[in-house]
Amino acid sequence: YFYIFRAIDEDRKTKYKAAVKIQRWFRACRVRAYLRNLSKMAILIQKWWRGYLRRKHFREIVERAYFIKKLKFYNEMAVRIQKMWRGYYVRKYIHNFYALKKYLKAVSVNNQLVRSELQEYAEMKENEEKMKDLAKKEKEKKYQARKMHYLLSTEQIPGIYNSPFRKSPDPMELLLRKSKPLTHRKQQLKSPFADELYDWLTCKKPPAFVTALPLLPADRQKPQGPFRDPAEVLRQRYKPLEPTLRVRESMNSPQARAREATRRQEWRNPIHNNEFLPFSSYHKNDEKYEPSLCKSGKYGREAYGTKYFREVYPKKWIADKDFETLFSSIVLFEKFGKTYSSTGQIV
Amino acid sequence: NSGVVCLLRPLLLDVVPSIRQTTALALGRLADYDVVVAEAIVKAGILPQLICALPEENRYYKKTAAFVLRAIAKHSPQLAQAIVQCGALEVLVICLEDFDPGVKEGASWAFGYIARHNPELSQAVVDAGAVPLLVLCIQEPEIALKRIAASTLSDISKHSPELAQTVVDAGAIAHLAQMIPNPDAKLKRQVLSALSQIAKHSVDLAELVVEAEIFPVVLTCLKDSDEYVKKNGATLIREIAKHTPELSQLIVNSGAVAAVIDCIGSCRGTVRLPGIMTLGYVAAHSENLSMAVIVSKGIPPLCVCLIEEHEDHIKAAAAWALGQIGRHSAEHARHVAVANVLSTLLDIYVDTRSSEDLKMKASRFAKKALKNILQKCTYLPALEPLLHEAPPNIMKHIIGQFSKVLPHDSKARRLFVTTGGLKKVQEIKAEPGSLLQEYINTINNCYPEEIVR
Repeated sequence: YFYIFRAIDEDRKTKYKAAVKIQRWFRACRVRAYLRNLSKMAILIQKWWRGYLRRKHFREIVERAYFIKKLKFYNEMAVRIQKMWRGYYVRKYIHNFYALKKYLKAVSVNNQLVRSELQEYAEMKENEEKMKDLAKKEKEKKYQARKMHYLLSTEQIPGIYNSPFRKSPDPMELLLRKSKPLTHRKQQLKSPFADELYDWLTCKKPPAFVTALPLLPADRQKPQGPFRDPAEVLRQRYKPLEPTLRVRESMNSPQARAREATRRQEWRNPIHNNEFLPFSSYHKNDEKYEPSLCKSGKYGREAYGTKYFREVYPKKWIADKDFETLFSSIVLFEKFGKTYSSTGQIV
Repeated sequence: NSGVVCLLRPLLLDVVPSIRQTTALALGRLADYDVVVAEAIVKAGILPQLICALPEENRYYKKTAAFVLRAIAKHSPQLAQAIVQCGALEVLVICLEDFDPGVKEGASWAFGYIARHNPELSQAVVDAGAVPLLVLCIQEPEIALKRIAASTLSDISKHSPELAQTVVDAGAIAHLAQMIPNPDAKLKRQVLSALSQIAKHSVDLAELVVEAEIFPVVLTCLKDSDEYVKKNGATLIREIAKHTPELSQLIVNSGAVAAVIDCIGSCRGTVRLPGIMTLGYVAAHSENLSMAVIVSKGIPPLCVCLIEEHEDHIKAAAAWALGQIGRHSAEHARHVAVANVLSTLLDIYVDTRSSEDLKMKASRFAKKALKNILQKCTYLPALEPLLHEAPPNIMKHIIGQFSKVLPHDSKARRLFVTTGGLKKVQEIKAEPGSLLQEYINTINNCYPEEIVR
């Protein structure tokens, strides 16, 4: 019996376990199917939702894409227009090829002009130089001819340049015939002052003050008229200046300034105005009153000093008469004083 | 000579004026001859005695005193400084106001020698108020005085723009411009140099000089028979041209470029240098201007200069000018190349490169010019001779140019092969990956395989 009950019990347990297994399995299947359904539903919902969202966005995307396409198209067209415009503008204004060509041609024409003008200028300058040289040579030749005047041919003896075997005289001979002989005096013609000043500019020579009296020619005719002795005149004219030490010093030198101070003092300080004179009686004659020239004279004003100024020394006259104006050199001056009034009488 | 100065010193204060004059003359001549004597004179303190009573003396003394000052100042800046410190400038200004033209000349000559050394001394001269008096001196009728006043103004204005502005403010430009047509050659030299020193500092000053209507007149100076007048005229044009393209345009329009080119052709030596630099400056500003230079037949004289001249700096200047002309575009480079000048440039570069330590200017400029021209040159017949002789750094430019032109031009390809250029290219060894190798590859790709082998 125990083994039958155990067997029945075990049998019952296994059946129980099998039933549990089957139920378990079935329930799992159901649950699985349920979950599957759930996920299917979820997927469906999500699918529809996402599709809806995307379709909404898609419209925006399409609009945007369309917009971009349009923009690109416009850009391209704009680029085309700008390209054409810029090419035209640059070619016409900035890098204008034809204008450049014209300009270069103009430059070369201008250059030609300038070159030709400069050439002319240079030629003119050369010609001037040549003319100057020629003129100088001519002058030299003439000077030489004048110096060698003695080589001229005479009636009897033919000169060097006029050989009898020649058909016609040498041009030098003709020059000699034309030229005036040089005199001695021409040697001194160059004024000493011109050299002197030039030398002073470069400080090469100190000034040669005029110390020598110019010589007069021996056969000079004595001039007509009451002239002084020429030697006397020259001596007076060329007398060298010998100023005193006080005069030589300049006004502004320190010694002069020092003297100035004492002079001012002396002017300020004296007790009385009369100058001190050592021998008072010696100077008495000098204090004689001298009437002025305007008021003195026999019957009033004297004519000399106002009406005429010349002093006359008849003893010194060479001839008997004074100067006479035979005819006046300047006619206008004859009328001086005679036109309107009778003042200004000429003695 | 040590005793002489001490002996002469008491004679300067002598009572008799002609002794004072002759003493001053002696001092002047001694100082003129020798620097040591000049320094001795300054050290012995003679200068204050010389100038103390100067305003009251007669004109011969003033002239001699100015002569002494000038003789001392010409040797060195320190001596000139010593003269300025003695207060000589005021006295010289008083001499400038004198009536006698010889005195004025001596005073302005002294000013010129003082101002020549450095800007501070020039400033001192200007501060003493000399400039308006010098401008008055220029208007005087004596030619010697005009010359010296012009040279003094030139010395003053050469140092700095402010000094040049001071000279301009005194109204110097108009008078200087009026004197350009004068026939005296030395006067023209000084006037042109003064104007060029004024114009060189800034655009405004250059424009002021141009406004004084110098232009057609200056060209006659370029045809003068005196070399230095031509040189100074070319210098003036150069100083004006170098500032802006507009001024260069003005110069081209007035035909000055042709005159400068003729001037270069007719001179020899350093006299050509400013003319060459003028052409370089004009061409450097823009390509139209450089085309104008080419059209005015500027390239042949430059080539002649490059070949003939022996001096380094003239060659350098000519090379630079050619570089400036050729670097703008292919057309310009072609004109330069046609004149067969590239081989000369290469010779100069290679020739002096052998002595690396010398670093001569000519070679540097020749190299830059070559590089600039080669980068634009597409005229192959001129490039081929260079292919055979060029050093590696030039070679890469040449090959580069070939590689740019050959792919497009079949006739050129044929010529290249027949003249043996392709062979030469194969002989060049270049590192793979370098630019040179790329160029060589490009050239080789233009030809079928058998020929390349």
